[in-house]
Amino acid sequence: MTATLDLRASLHGLPGVDKVGVEARAAALATRSVKTTAKAAAIDLAIRMVDLTTLEGADTPGKVRALAAKALRPDPADSSCPHVGAVCVYPAMVPYVAEVLAGSGVHLASVATAFPSGQAPLDVKLADTRDAVAAGADEIDMVISRGAFLAGRYDHVFEEIVAVKQACGDAHLKVILETGELATYDNVRRASWLAMLAGADFIKTSTGKVPVAATLPVTLVMLEAVRDFRARTGRQVGVKPAGGIKTTKDAIKYLVMINETVGDDWLDPAWFRFGASSLLNDLLMQRTKLTTGHYAGPDYFTLD
Amino acid sequence: MKAADTAWRHTLAKKPPVVTAPAAPTRLGVRKTYKLFIGGKFPRSESGRTYLVNGDNVALASRKDARDAVVAARAAQPKWAGATAYNRGQVLYRIAEMLESRRDEFAAQGVPVAEVEAAVDRWVWYAGWADKIAQVHGGANPVAGPFFNISAPEPTGVVAVVAPASFLGLVSVIAPAIVTGNTVVVLAAGPQAAVTLAEVLATSDVPGGVVNILTGNAAETAPWLASHDDVNAIDLAGVTDLDLATELERAAAGNLKRVLRPGDPENDFAGDPGLKPMVALLETKTVWHPKGF
Repeated sequence: MTATLDLRASLHGLPGVDKVGVEARAAALATRSVKTTAKAAAIDLAIRMVDLTTLEGADTPGKVRALAAKALRPDPADSSCPHVGAVCVYPAMVPYVAEVLAGSGVHLASVATAFPSGQAPLDVKLADTRDAVAAGADEIDMVISRGAFLAGRYDHVFEEIVAVKQACGDAHLKVILETGELATYDNVRRASWLAMLAGADFIKTSTGKVPVAATLPVTLVMLEAVRDFRARTGRQVGVKPAGGIKTTKDAIKYLVMINETVGDDWLDPAWFRFGASSLLNDLLMQRTKLTTGHYAGPDYFTLD
Repeated sequence: MKAADTAWRHTLAKKPPVVTAPAAPTRLGVRKTYKLFIGGKFPRSESGRTYLVNGDNVALASRKDARDAVVAARAAQPKWAGATAYNRGQVLYRIAEMLESRRDEFAAQGVPVAEVEAAVDRWVWYAGWADKIAQVHGGANPVAGPFFNISAPEPTGVVAVVAPASFLGLVSVIAPAIVTGNTVVVLAAGPQAAVTLAEVLATSDVPGGVVNILTGNAAETAPWLASHDDVNAIDLAGVTDLDLATELERAAAGNLKRVLRPGDPENDFAGDPGLKPMVALLETKTVWHPKGF
């Protein structure tokens, strides 16, 4: 009970987010122009940060194998193109992807814990997690119970994350806050701290299954949270915006924001990822434009 | 203190000055800037540049405008190709109607009336071809075995066009490309008439993006279109510099674009165009269909 009170007190003791300020700051950072060699470096970094994702009910072993092959060699025509950060699939698809990715350095992420709603009993969520890890996933994307969080039952959410983290074993744990359902930036900041205190290795914005997904201001709030958390505790936590990031232009805005908010330490696939699917094609087209000097077309890249 | 003790005086002169009514303001005409036509809208150039043509400000398109135009043309292409041939014919006929009613505007820009009328007739002529070209150019082929074998013409996709200088020439390169379901990005030579034609197209039920018109220096923008991987064919009808034509053809080879070489520079486009301009931008799909005994 005391622990509950402490958690509530510390989360509600966080300073409130200045909504107008954070939106203005995010909009100002989005106006930077990145060109030529800096753009080329940004595109390659963004490719290395992509968590190439497919989370459809219609996913088949063949489809996820093809996706994994693309993750290893995004641009078959250019061997200098780096591989992506990870492939992200449903637990049932993990074994098929694991075969393709084995020993490649591309991570294998799986969503778990009754993704995307999180509305399931804890033991089901833990079994989901253990199965995914056993099948070969080395990163687990879990969803928090937004219902419990919004009802103020922070201890419940906290204990769930702790339990899932334990079930993960060596696998990295990404905690999806589903910011589109949290309603306010204050809640986003609280949920970020809650997840980090409970042991998250990454905090992730969204499932991609609700209308409002990753936005620049929300990611800015989360970046500030991981920065302050490291200053306070010495532990670094990664950030993953997911959903709605479709173009190279968008991706570069995020990179600019990392650079200006938390600095170089997070400009690395180990600490920042993009949850995306169509983003990769646009990055490849822009990369091809830079390397060949002429505009690329979607016919020359695999559709997914 | 009494007013009289101060220096205060009425400042009004005995005789008030004669107030003349202000002269009736002369109206300032709205000076038109001729803009680009991309995706059904009339944007200024992304580069912000303009140039003067016969005293008019005209947008000077950049490579990024060409890029945007290709995106718009690609987005519009499937739906335009998927419309029925009859419907495309109606839309082309509507263009002829609108052009007919705006003949005076073109005349004011120095396009001879006879040429505008020939252009109207050209739209009507191609409108008629919309639902006939497949029968004339396609075919049913005799094959051994229990199959129907059909050659069906299909549009090639996004076509870049370096348009000839004359107005009739401009219409004569756009109409055969779009009638079969292609979409075009046109680098126009006579900017005012071309943008006025764009205004005709914008009011003629032509879906946005089917025709995109860029004004400016073709030597600057054409190489970007020739090398663009998302352009399926390029028509060099208006290229007069043969070195440029060679360079464009070489760039177009990068993704195996279909290239229509510059024609006879003396061509005034007045004669019967024949099927060639349409057929040159069609792909033939061969279909085998079992007869099913």
